[in-house]
Amino acid sequence: MAFELELISPIEVAKDVALAVQEYTLLSAQSLANFFRRPLYMGDMLQQADLIGVGSLPIVILTGLSVGALLALNSASTLQRFGGITLIGQLVSLGMVTELGPLITGLMVAGRNASGMASELGSMIVTEQIDAMRALGTDPTKKLITPRVGATAFMLFFLTIIADLLGLIGGYGVAHLLFGLDTQQYWTSVWQTLVFRDVFTGLIKPVLFGFIIATVGCYYGISTRGGTQGVGRSTTQAVVASSVLILVVDFFVTKLIFAIFGYR
Amino acid sequence: MPAPTLPSENPAASVVSPSGYALEFDNVSIAFDENVVLDGISFQLPHGETKALFGVAGSGKSTLLKLAMGLLRPDGGRIFVLGEEVTRMSEQELFELRRRVGIVFQESALFDSLKVYENVAFRLMEEGISAEEIERRVREALRFVELEQTYDMRPSELSGGMRRRVAIARAIITEPEVLLYDSPTGGLDPVTSNTIVELIVKQRDVYKTSALMATHRLQDAFTMATHQFDKATNQLVVLPKGQRGEVPMSFLILRDGKVIFDGDGHQLATSRDDYIREYIS
Repeated sequence: MAFELELISPIEVAKDVALAVQEYTLLSAQSLANFFRRPLYMGDMLQQADLIGVGSLPIVILTGLSVGALLALNSASTLQRFGGITLIGQLVSLGMVTELGPLITGLMVAGRNASGMASELGSMIVTEQIDAMRALGTDPTKKLITPRVGATAFMLFFLTIIADLLGLIGGYGVAHLLFGLDTQQYWTSVWQTLVFRDVFTGLIKPVLFGFIIATVGCYYGISTRGGTQGVGRSTTQAVVASSVLILVVDFFVTKLIFAIFGYR
Repeated sequence: MPAPTLPSENPAASVVSPSGYALEFDNVSIAFDENVVLDGISFQLPHGETKALFGVAGSGKSTLLKLAMGLLRPDGGRIFVLGEEVTRMSEQELFELRRRVGIVFQESALFDSLKVYENVAFRLMEEGISAEEIERRVREALRFVELEQTYDMRPSELSGGMRRRVAIARAIITEPEVLLYDSPTGGLDPVTSNTIVELIVKQRDVYKTSALMATHRLQDAFTMATHQFDKATNQLVVLPKGQRGEVPMSFLILRDGKVIFDGDGHQLATSRDDYIREYIS
């Protein structure tokens, strides 16, 4: 069997990328504008909140606990060398609350839900269900996309809080059981380290990440072309794009918050 | 075969649009990349008439129906549905118009995550109608297509023919003024096809709904042109030979993106065009 390689002009690639960015931006803006238009489809939003929030709880619990424990384990050996093992609580709390909690939760939920949204909406596209919905006089962005965006942003906020807490518990387990750190000492340092800007940073990120996960997942879903193969492609692209976008946005949000509040 | 009992009789064709037609295409063209699918298509569908749309696979029949519904935008030309120019309407305005038009998709396009009654009731639920009223109308529509027993089932539990009939029930539940059928009998066995043809004729003759039906099957369209629905016996009856031209039925044939025939059954049968003669032979 002979394969033919087709060379694509860089200008065409640039045009396609620009078009995709434009379509994604329009879809994101529309999904937000729909919150101010009737009907709001609260039932669909609650259903999605259950699927995304409650459904993601086991992986968030496991990853939160593991990341907290690993953070404590890896930093403890270095801190011990300088006699600073008591600082372990500070390190875990800052790391989990400002950075790792939102990031790991976002990436886990992206892997689980961006793919789910892309495959579900992609299947609806290839079986003409989205066209049927439009033909029945219902706006698919209102009925399908806005509830997912709202539910993901809302639930990721709470999932991150759970991940943060479990990360701190995981860190405590390692610090107390393996390095003999006193319980009160650990939790006092955890509590005293955190200031408003840390909590604010840690709680603003999941809302943005939730928005990214849902809009990217839905965008790749409704852009699906090419039958079942296209659904598979959209699913993969949704996970990759949402994960990369989360990492990029995380960097800029952190930088912005440093610019606003100053360095610690 | 006797047809199921009738729901409320409320002929939709009494609404007359400013253009005088239920549906009108005026020099409509559309291409996908380099592939020109429709090239300067013009035709009219009068109120109460059913027009059978023929063409080989890939001739643009489904595209034409999607254009009529406003699901696709043409590259050129104008399309009027119930007197409103869909080619100038925004998506939000189209949602309103689409409530007056029903469509049956080629592969039914039922929502697979919803049960049959939720599929059929979809539009009514969106309109905020009471649960009792929705149940009554859904049962009525399912009775019309002889599938009341599937009320609580999921689309995946139905056969292809049953899915097609549920799609018809979903399209007619709001008593639309125009119905668009995309290959409603495609891939079905002859018995199921006859049942669906009977439902379409009943919709034409009892409710006077205007319809555009894309199909490959000439025999279905000829059955529709030579039969009418008899309300007294609740079944299709063959028209006497002298009365066959009185049925509100016409034919449209597409070839290479253009309309090569638009007329009634008699004109089609007596056409001297070689392609048309070969097509209908």
